[in-house]
Amino acid sequence: MTTIDKTFDFQEKVLALRGYRQQLLASNIANADTPNYKAVDIDFAKALQMAQSGRAAGGLAKTSPMHLDAAGGSAVAGVKPLYRAAVQPSIDGNTVDTNVEQSQFSENALQYMATLQFINGKIQSTMLALRGGN
Amino acid sequence: MSLFNVFDIAGSAMTAQSMRLNVVASNMANADSVTGSDGQPYRAKQVVFQAKPLSAAMPKGASGVVVARVVNDPSPMKMVYDPKSPYANEQGYITMPNVNVVEEMTNMISASRSYQANVEMMNTAKSMIQRTLALGQ
Repeated sequence: MTTIDKTFDFQEKVLALRGYRQQLLASNIANADTPNYKAVDIDFAKALQMAQSGRAAGGLAKTSPMHLDAAGGSAVAGVKPLYRAAVQPSIDGNTVDTNVEQSQFSENALQYMATLQFINGKIQSTMLALRGGN
Repeated sequence: MSLFNVFDIAGSAMTAQSMRLNVVASNMANADSVTGSDGQPYRAKQVVFQAKPLSAAMPKGASGVVVARVVNDPSPMKMVYDPKSPYANEQGYITMPNVNVVEEMTNMISASRSYQANVEMMNTAKSMIQRTLALGQ
């Protein structure tokens, strides 16, 4: 892995996970009126930790730098969606709480854009270094 | 890009909600239809939503919405006493549609709110994608 790869590696994983979470939250909001639909979400901190350590869902640890990523290099591949604990489940078995989902959706979008901002900063400082300060 | 799936999900939900709105409109319009093309009084219709992964490319856990089927409302028909009507039975009662107008109104508000939520979701996804495309500029 080159230095430039390493510079963007972490933020790239964050972006992939945020994008994945956005899709899950989107399907929660879309299915707010579907009978028996259970709201899903991921444990973001755990997923990011797993992606960073290169562990897949099977829990295989990399004990040698020569080992390949079990998840095929994708940060999302090993992440398991979990069902949200229902606070007020409705009578048709649906556990989507629209207010919670919408606030989470906005929050996740903001976090995604914040990550983009960080990447932009890194690109700018890398370009500055490449140009020798000119 | 994975975020494009959000458009598919929101789009499927909007289609489903507008179908629900259509059914509500049909029910409201036919709340007093004593007879239809089959000679029977109108029966209220309801849509049944189903969560479904829209494509193979969709990651696990993410699913859109489809209308599985449109069912007839099983609630009993309204009987109204009107002996002058040509549709009255021997006792002088006519069978009126089982449309509950109050229920249909709340159904309509719920559908339009859900539709709005999905439009909002699409707007957010759009600005996220635009910001991603503008990376490094």
